[in-house]
Amino acid sequence: MEIVVASSVGVLTAGGVYLILRLRAFPVILGIAMLSYAVNVFLFSTGGLAVDAAPILGDHGEGGPYTDPLPQALVLTAIVISFGMTAVLVMIALGAYLDVGDDHINMGAALPEGETDGPEGRNSHSPNPLEDDAPVRFNP
Amino acid sequence: MGGAGLLPIIALLPFLGALVPGVMIRAGRNAAATFTAIPTFLALLMLLTLAPGVMDGQVLQKSFSWFPPLGLSASFMLDGLGLMFAVMILGVGLLITLYARFYLSNEDPAGVFFTYLLLFQGAMLGIVLSNNILMLLVFWELTSLASFLLIGYWRHLPEGRQGARMALTVTGGGGLAMIGGMLILGDIAGSYELTDILQAGEAIKASPLYLPALILILLGAFTKSAQFPFHFWLPHAMAAPTPVSAYLHSATMVKAGIFLMARLWPVLAGTDPWFYIVATTGLITMVLGALIALFKDDLKALLAFSTVSHLGLLTMLLGFGTEAAAVAAVFHVLNHLTFKAALFMTAGIVDHSTHTRDIKRLGGLLTLMPITAAIGIIAALSMAGIPLFNGFLSKELMLEEASHTSWWESPWIVPVLATFGALLSVAYSFRFIVHTFLGKPRDESIDHPHDPPFGMWLPPALLCVIVVAVGLFPAAIAGPIVDMAASAVTGTEIHTHFALWHGITPALIMSGIAIFGGLILLALHAPLDRAWLATPRPEAKRLFDGAMAASVRGTRVIAEGLHSGAISRALAVFVVTTVASGLIAFFGRGLPEVSRPLLPIPPVAAAGWLLMVAATLSVILLHRRRFLALVVISICGLMVSIGFVYLSAPDLALTQITVETVTILLLLLALHYLPKTTPADSSVALRIRDGVIGVSAGVGVGALAYAFMRRDVPSISDYFLENAYSGGGGHNVVNVILVDFRGYDTFGEIIVLGIAGVIIFALMEVLLRGRAGRRLRNWAFSEDRSRDRHPLMMVVGTRVMLPIALLVGVYILLRGHNNPGGGFVAGLVFSIALLMQYMASGFAWTMDRQRWEYHSLIGWGVIIAGLTGAAAWIFGRPFLTSAYGYIDWPWIEEFEWATAMAFDVGVFLAVLGAVMLMLYSLSRMARYAGETVNLEPMDYDPSQKSVQTERAPQERGVPTEGEEL
Repeated sequence: MEIVVASSVGVLTAGGVYLILRLRAFPVILGIAMLSYAVNVFLFSTGGLAVDAAPILGDHGEGGPYTDPLPQALVLTAIVISFGMTAVLVMIALGAYLDVGDDHINMGAALPEGETDGPEGRNSHSPNPLEDDAPVRFNP
Repeated sequence: MGGAGLLPIIALLPFLGALVPGVMIRAGRNAAATFTAIPTFLALLMLLTLAPGVMDGQVLQKSFSWFPPLGLSASFMLDGLGLMFAVMILGVGLLITLYARFYLSNEDPAGVFFTYLLLFQGAMLGIVLSNNILMLLVFWELTSLASFLLIGYWRHLPEGRQGARMALTVTGGGGLAMIGGMLILGDIAGSYELTDILQAGEAIKASPLYLPALILILLGAFTKSAQFPFHFWLPHAMAAPTPVSAYLHSATMVKAGIFLMARLWPVLAGTDPWFYIVATTGLITMVLGALIALFKDDLKALLAFSTVSHLGLLTMLLGFGTEAAAVAAVFHVLNHLTFKAALFMTAGIVDHSTHTRDIKRLGGLLTLMPITAAIGIIAALSMAGIPLFNGFLSKELMLEEASHTSWWESPWIVPVLATFGALLSVAYSFRFIVHTFLGKPRDESIDHPHDPPFGMWLPPALLCVIVVAVGLFPAAIAGPIVDMAASAVTGTEIHTHFALWHGITPALIMSGIAIFGGLILLALHAPLDRAWLATPRPEAKRLFDGAMAASVRGTRVIAEGLHSGAISRALAVFVVTTVASGLIAFFGRGLPEVSRPLLPIPPVAAAGWLLMVAATLSVILLHRRRFLALVVISICGLMVSIGFVYLSAPDLALTQITVETVTILLLLLALHYLPKTTPADSSVALRIRDGVIGVSAGVGVGALAYAFMRRDVPSISDYFLENAYSGGGGHNVVNVILVDFRGYDTFGEIIVLGIAGVIIFALMEVLLRGRAGRRLRNWAFSEDRSRDRHPLMMVVGTRVMLPIALLVGVYILLRGHNNPGGGFVAGLVFSIALLMQYMASGFAWTMDRQRWEYHSLIGWGVIIAGLTGAAAWIFGRPFLTSAYGYIDWPWIEEFEWATAMAFDVGVFLAVLGAVMLMLYSLSRMARYAGETVNLEPMDYDPSQKSVQTERAPQERGVPTEGEEL
């Protein structure tokens, strides 16, 4: 069973990493969702696997054996939070797409080698803070 | 000791007082100045009640434990040195407040000024009253910040802004170095309390870390006290309003470095490194500052460099490391304060009435402004070190000490340079007098200069009274104060015998040379000035700006090299780096023995695994067809949920499957407005590269997971298993951990989730108002849409299911403490039930029936959870301690209650609110894109076949804000 879980984590991670390296927003979102699965299962598995040992105590707190409840508690909130994060990401991707009209995730100036498309001129910088002042007249 | 309790109040008073002028910004200068003077005066009064005890040699201490593991405590100490500085800070503070009231013009925001001033005063008081060096560091940095705000007070002046930035860079940088030095010092002494450190002098001087600590601390002190080569910021700080220059940049803040060197004098002084670093720096600064001062035409610049020079003098005296020199330093701190603050105020008055500070344009002011001239001349004579004024006495002491100090086996270097410094000092002091007040008015365009109002000349006049009084009766007036402070500095009992006449001593001869030489120099000033101007010399500002520009360029090169705007590349680098460091760690230490046996693989698990792998591969192959990929990826989520069920994690399974549902809904909604396919825009090589990166990451993470699962890792989980029932009153350990043991984490998490919901809402608001909103209004759907968007069967079905689904939600919420379930899952189940209504019956129909705003649900959730936790305080328990018990509910069963249930209700509400707010925000886009409003329960009403409920596309209007909500 450990092999099954470990290989699942591996496959999900590999798929997730491949997808987040794509150049458009939607596959990246899918990749992040997939990575969330992988990370959650990984965290869960750190407590060790057990069958028929859910951490629901017997009548007066006795019984057992029970599996490790701590990773479960951590992963439970992680699942919910990763949903929140995915939602924010979706919103940002959607906003960028609606605002600019394409869903590239990279800034125009520096696409990886072999890439030619993408909007231009978005790689601008704020002016040097030192340049914004007039020269000083009062010199020691 | 009763008096010690006043110390924290004294230190806090200016900070509390700082709030007042800030909020009464419209009340005018009188009110602001009055409310600045009140806390200052109160603090001074309290301090003076403590003075008799301190003068008797008491050391008052008051300490509050703050963060013991770090050695950080709020501890205050008052001894002779601290008292002298504190009285100086508050006393001059009062005079400056009065002066500033008249100095500031009606247009200046006086409230802001006085708030900054009090902020500074509090920080400075904090430095001199701190007994904990870590707390001292905090106050130290606060003075830098307050000085930044005050130098840049006239925000419209570029000099002010640049001067402020330079001062903050230099003093803040020095402060950083000092933090390092102080930490080393505290580490050697084994305590961060000054009183302990002062006892550990021998150990500190013997430590191999003495030199690094010394250098780091001196960097802080030298930058603050404008010692060469860090002196250049002080003249630029003169862009501040003159009261600030008088207060911060001559009387108090720049003395903080001197104070610190004096404070740590018993611990650090008396060694060779101390002598050569401190005395040499002081000597160079003294001579260099005086030399530059002589050739400055701006009154304030002249005074600024003279301040640099006098700070050098003080540093040099402390550097000598002898007790007599320390006494001289303490005495000169006092004297310099009086005459220099008076001189700055004089310069401010001159500037005020003539509108220039250029010495070359001034002259003959003695007849036009007699009071100002009298004050300026008295103070300048003291600065020159002329007998009968207080400056003479401390200068004599300095020359006396210099006369028998040898530097690198040479007995004459120090005396000669000290005399030269004094000579220059005489020259620029007399230049200040002669060129400003004597002679004839040089510039006719200066319009009727006159003496200022009473309130403006009174403060410097009072200081001049002290100058003369100390000059005439030093032993009676200054003696006790210097004894007290010098005893505190040196740690031994000091009794000074100040007198005007000591007979013909080397110091007197040196003094005579200085005075006559200085007058000769002044007579030759015109040709010397021309020569000075013709000589090329390095200009600090240009060097500083160059260094800053270079560091900005360097930072930019690094930042842009590392992050070029290509997220894909950054992510690839990140993944590769992570995998590589994992590999290094793996080969570095090896692994412990395998300790857990393998579990068998049932056929169902194998089937699930196959499904999941197939789904993942399909997503990768099909990801360009987005809708299909979305459907397939949900298989992975389902398999993960089933895996959780099998592996004894029912709570996780419930959460995963509900989250899966809302995630897919969310992505479907988003996909509605995104392109339905991904163009193939990466090359084959790039895809292979990404594939290799992905596979290596997958292999690494998989191997790590496998290694983890095969080994027993020590954990704190047993504690939770043992105490869940007895301590938290629940059978479901996971839920008890969430709402009880780690309730604080959960509390934070629901807040995060709530914030995410609000962010999405806010983003949507912004988007809909901008370009994205306009684009949406002209949206043309590429695909045909169903005529029957709200099918009758679905509408009826979801409505029947709604109460059942809600009941399930409530059930899951209530059973959560003992069985799988709880607030998170219940919130998600509720969300799904409500979302079904949105989908089946339409947005408008559902909104019409919604009673509560989702924002307020989030708010209430967080509030209920917080209040449940806070209720524990009433019973004297820590935050989020839970209580539980049993109620026998007749005819039903024994019923358990636990306060954790209320907490879980809070979690439930927050999750529900956040999830709904997110999806609701996305759905609102549809209205902008011209979806029709569907106010009837069903689009398709069979009883009214002829009525066209859906308006034709060309009629559809953009919804107004009111209609939409």
